Amino acid sequence: MKISFTKIIILSFAIFILGIFWQGLKTNKNYDTKNLVGSKISNFQLSEINNHQQYISEENLKKNNYTLINFFASWCAPCRTEHKYLLNLSNSKKEIKIIGINFKDKKINANNFLSELGNPYDFVGKDIDGKTSILFGIYGIPESILINNELIVIKKIIGPIDEIQFNEILKLIQ
Amino acid sequence: MLSNIGISLLVLVLILSFLIIYNASLDLKISSQSVKKNIYKLSLFQITFIILSFFTLIIGFINSDFSLINVYENSHTAKPLFYKIAGTWGNHEGSLLLWVNILVIFSYLFLVFNRNHDKKFRLYTLIFQNILILGFLFFLLLNSNPFNSIYPIPLEGLGLNPILQDPALAIHPPLLYVGFVGCSIYFSAAMASLLSDYGGKLFAQSIKTWVKISWCFQTLGIIVGSIWAYYELGWGGFWFWDPVENASLLPWFAITALMHSLIVLEKRNTLYAWAIILCLLTFILSVTGTFLVRSGILNSVHTFASDPSRGIYILSFLSFMIFSALTIFFKKYKKENYNFNLKSKEIFILANNWFMAFFLVTVLIGMLYPIFLDVLINEKISVGPPFFNIVIIPLVIPFMILMAVGPKFGWIKSKNKIFFKALFLILVAGVINLFIFYFFGKYSLLSNLIFIAAIFLILHSLLDFKNFINNKNKLELPRIISHLGFGLLVFFIGINHQFSLEEDFNLKVGEVKKTSAYVIDFEDISIEEGKNYKAIIGNFKLTNLKNNIVQYLNPEIRIYPNPETLTYEAAIKTKINSDLYLTMSNVSRSEYYNIKFQKKPFMIWIWISALMITFGGFVQLTLKKNEN
Repeated sequence: MKISFTKIIILSFAIFILGIFWQGLKTNKNYDTKNLVGSKISNFQLSEINNHQQYISEENLKKNNYTLINFFASWCAPCRTEHKYLLNLSNSKKEIKIIGINFKDKKINANNFLSELGNPYDFVGKDIDGKTSILFGIYGIPESILINNELIVIKKIIGPIDEIQFNEILKLIQ
Repeated sequence: MLSNIGISLLVLVLILSFLIIYNASLDLKISSQSVKKNIYKLSLFQITFIILSFFTLIIGFINSDFSLINVYENSHTAKPLFYKIAGTWGNHEGSLLLWVNILVIFSYLFLVFNRNHDKKFRLYTLIFQNILILGFLFFLLLNSNPFNSIYPIPLEGLGLNPILQDPALAIHPPLLYVGFVGCSIYFSAAMASLLSDYGGKLFAQSIKTWVKISWCFQTLGIIVGSIWAYYELGWGGFWFWDPVENASLLPWFAITALMHSLIVLEKRNTLYAWAIILCLLTFILSVTGTFLVRSGILNSVHTFASDPSRGIYILSFLSFMIFSALTIFFKKYKKENYNFNLKSKEIFILANNWFMAFFLVTVLIGMLYPIFLDVLINEKISVGPPFFNIVIIPLVIPFMILMAVGPKFGWIKSKNKIFFKALFLILVAGVINLFIFYFFGKYSLLSNLIFIAAIFLILHSLLDFKNFINNKNKLELPRIISHLGFGLLVFFIGINHQFSLEEDFNLKVGEVKKTSAYVIDFEDISIEEGKNYKAIIGNFKLTNLKNNIVQYLNPEIRIYPNPETLTYEAAIKTKINSDLYLTMSNVSRSEYYNIKFQKKPFMIWIWISALMITFGGFVQLTLKKNEN
C-alpha cells in the first residue's frame, strides 16, 4: 500500500510539472499588441525632431478630441503609400490631430521625406533608437494608433493605412 | 546539392535505426552468447552516415553555401574561417544535428566497448538508445532541418551574432553536448538494466566510464561557458544564476551524485535503485534543460530564436521519456535493505548524494517557480542570486567538511582516529582564517565559516596528496585533485567576493578620475578596423596609488556590420594575484563614456581551481585505461 501511494505522488508530480510546461507553451510570451486597444497610454513624452527643447506629452494629447499617432520613417516604402491618407485626414477639418513618430531615422532624410510628400503632422517626434515605439508594441512600421481625449487606444492599425481603414477612422471620429 | 546529400544521409540513419531496433529485438530471442554480427555492421553504417551528415553541414558553412537556409541565416562570407565552422553548432538546427551525432556515437561505442557484459542488457540498451535517436531524428527532419534549402539563392548571409564570435564560446556548446547527451547512454542502460535484470556491481562497471566521460565534459563545458561570460559579457561576473546556467547545473548535480553512488554500487553492491533513479534523472534533466532553453519558455541571454512548435515536440518526447521510465521503474523496482554503519564511507557518499539532491531541488525550484507563477496567476517575477546565495551557501560549509573527512573512512566501519585528526585540522583552518580576517579585512560570520571549511578541505586534501606521494596509490589521486580543486574554488570565490573593488562613473576623453586605490586617466580614443568589425578603442592610464605602478588598459566598443550590433570588449589585465577589469560604453548622444572599473583578486585562481576539478576526472579516465 505504501509503495503505491508513493507511486501516485511521483506520478502526479510529473504530470503537474509537464502540465505547467504545456500551459507555458500556450501562453504567448511575445508582447501582444492586440491587447493595446482599450488600454490607456502612459509615460508618453517625445521631443520634436528639429527642436530638442520642444516636447509633447500626455497633457497635450488630452486637449485633442482624437489623436492619431503614426509611426513612420523615410526608409520605409509602405509609409509612402499611406501618406496620402494622412494628408487627407489632416485636410479633412475633422477634430483630429496627427502626431508622427519618426522611427530609427536620420533627421535630414525625415525632413526631405516630408518636404517631398507634404507634412500631414501637427507634431513630428523623434525616436532614433526606437524606444518609444517599443512602448507601443511596434514591431514593424508603418503602424498607427488612434486615441481619444482620455488617452484610451480605440484602434490600432498594423501596416499602411488604406482606403478601408481610412474610412473606418473617419467613422470612429464622427 | 548539399541539401540533398544531407537529407539523404539523415534518412539513411533513420532507416538504420529502425533496422537496428528490429534486428536487436530478433536477437533477444536467440539464446547465443554474442550479439549478431549484422548489428555491429548496421551500427557502423549508422555512425558513419551521421558523422558524414555533420561534415556536410560543416562544408556548407565553410563554403558559405547560402542555398541552405541554415547557412544563410547564421553565416556570412566575411566571417573568419574558425567562426564559420563554429557557426555550424552555434544555432538551433546545427546544434541539434550535433546532438543526434553524439547520441549515435555513444550508442556505437557502448556497443563495441562492453563486449564482456550480458548480451540481453547490451541489446536492450541499443534498442532504447535507438528509440532516443529516432525521436530526435524525427524532430530534426520534420521541424528543425539544417539542410532545408532556399531558392533563389541569396548572395550574402545574415551573419552570426558577434557576441558568439569568441573562441571559448566556439567550444562551449560541443563540450556541453558531449556532457549532456552522453548521459543518454546510461539512461538507456538503466532502462535496459531494469528490463534484463542485469543490476548491481556489473551494471555499475558497465556504465561508470561513460558517467565519468560525460561528467568531465559537462564540468568543463560549464567552466568554459563561465569563462566566456567573464571575458565577453562585460559585467565582470562569471556566474549569474541565469535560468539557463541553472538548467545546466541540474543534470550536473544529478551526475555528480551518480558518480559517487556508483562507487558504493560497485564496491558494496548496494544502492542499485538509487543509482538507477540518478541515471534516469540525469538525462531527463538534460532534456528538460534543452526544452526550457529551446522553447523560449525561459527568458535569458541564451534564448534561441524561439518557436513554439519546437517546444511542443521536445515536451512530447520528454513526457514520453518520463512516463516510460516511471512505468518500467515502478514495474521492476525491488525494495532494498540498507544497513550502513554510521562511521563508514557509504554513509558519507550517501551524505554527498543528499547534499546534491538538496542543491538540485533548490536550483530546480528557483528555476521553475517563475514559470509556474507566470502560467498559473500570470505574474512575472525573476528569482535572482540572493535566493540561491541564501539557500545554497550555508549548506556548502558542512558539505565541504564531509567532503574532506568522508574519503578517509574505510568501507563498512572505521576507527575514531580520523575524528581527532579532523578536529586538529579544523583548528588550523580556524587560525589561518583568523589571520586573513585580521590582516586583510572584516567579513560576516557566514563568510568566516565558509573560509574555515574551505581551508579545512584544502589542508585535508594537501595531506592526502602528501600520503599519495608516499604510497603511490593511484586510485586516490583523481579524488584528491577534484576535492582540492573544489576547496580552492570556494576559497578563491570567497576571497574574490570579499575583496573586489568596483567603481562606476562617467568620463570623457582627457578627464581623470581618482578612486580609492587608482587614478584613472582617459587619455584618448582611436578607431581601428578589425577583420569584420570597426573598433573604438579607449586608452586608459591607471596609476596604482600605493606603489605608483602605471598600467594601460584598452577597452573596446566594436561595431559589427552584419547584422549591425555593438559589443563591448572588456580590457582585462590578468595577474597572478588579481585582475584589473575595465569596460567602457558610450552614453547615447553625449561625449561621455560610462566606465566600469573593477579589481578582482585571484580571478585566475578561480579558473585554475575549477579546471582542477575537471582535471581530476580526466586523470581518472586515463587511470582506468591503464588498468584494464
